[in-house]
Amino acid sequence: MTEIIVVTSGKGGVGKTTTSASLSVGLAKRGKKVAVIDFDVGLRNLDLIMGCERRVVYDFVNVINGECTLKQALIKDKRHDSLFVLAASQTRDKEALTKEGVEGVLNGLRDEGFDYVVCDSPAGIEKGAALAMYFADRAVVVVNPEVSSVRDSDRILGLLASKTRRAELGNGAVEQHLLLTRYNPNRVESGDMMSIKDVQEILGIDVVGVIPESEGVLAASNAGIPVILDETSQAGHAYEDAVARLLGEERPLRFIDATRKGLIARIFGS
Amino acid sequence: MGILDFFKARPKNTANVAKERLRIIVAQERAQRGSPDYLPLLRREILEVIKKYVNVDPDAVLINVERDGDHEVLELSVALPEKGGLAATGEN
Repeated sequence: MTEIIVVTSGKGGVGKTTTSASLSVGLAKRGKKVAVIDFDVGLRNLDLIMGCERRVVYDFVNVINGECTLKQALIKDKRHDSLFVLAASQTRDKEALTKEGVEGVLNGLRDEGFDYVVCDSPAGIEKGAALAMYFADRAVVVVNPEVSSVRDSDRILGLLASKTRRAELGNGAVEQHLLLTRYNPNRVESGDMMSIKDVQEILGIDVVGVIPESEGVLAASNAGIPVILDETSQAGHAYEDAVARLLGEERPLRFIDATRKGLIARIFGS
Repeated sequence: MGILDFFKARPKNTANVAKERLRIIVAQERAQRGSPDYLPLLRREILEVIKKYVNVDPDAVLINVERDGDHEVLELSVALPEKGGLAATGEN
């Protein structure tokens, strides 16, 4: 059975593409056959984060328009044989994505025996975002512990509960997971940042992962190597945990406690 | 953090402020969710009509859609001002 996971958030710049890339790699590392699709028509970026930008020949819209086959458009990952990227089109035509077209591609992936399809949603609540979530079985809602991100995410939760195929068919709700990114335990402790519990209480959904603010994330984007592959980065390990939880494993949250400073360091500055 | 900061009072806990503000706005937005898109416009137009006759406060018109089993009830509530608040009714 193919499971469709949408990575969404409402607000831009919170880490949807970073998350899509790392979750996809994590699932593929565990032997799953995974396709990750960039739904951000006009602003293709997943290819850069995945490090396959120079191998894009055909894109999502080409497949929908029948200008190539699905197989031709799927870019095989350099590091994992069971991972494929479907790039967004750079067309400026926002109408290029259609519900029927997206459904056709998803059915094609189902026929090819994919275990997971990860849909990297664009920001906002326009067509691309609406279509990225429409066919989802599960949603990973990416949130920064910051007011505008939390509010926008709540709006997305409302849409997941009403504007999806599952909602329309009364087929059971889309399973919702909260993934906190850019989490800074020291700032939480000093009262400058909302805690995991704060955000969870406001949104009312379960936490599937907490990714600490980390220099590794930018370095990973720079290199085009998803951060989950960075063994030295806490963010990488945190994504690894999130993948395990998505697959039903129980894992305690890591990297969520402030680093304690000694009294001397606190007095004389750090 | 330097030696002076150590003795200063702790700054205000802004995370709590954020949480409280979000709690209120999210609850409000959830309550409006699922109500028809035309409600704000309907509310504004009703307010304009009422204002022609009575000088009401913009907040005095409350409009809500309640779901009751299979049917929906449009609930409209207008708080009229105290006596003497009647506006000119076309005579000036």
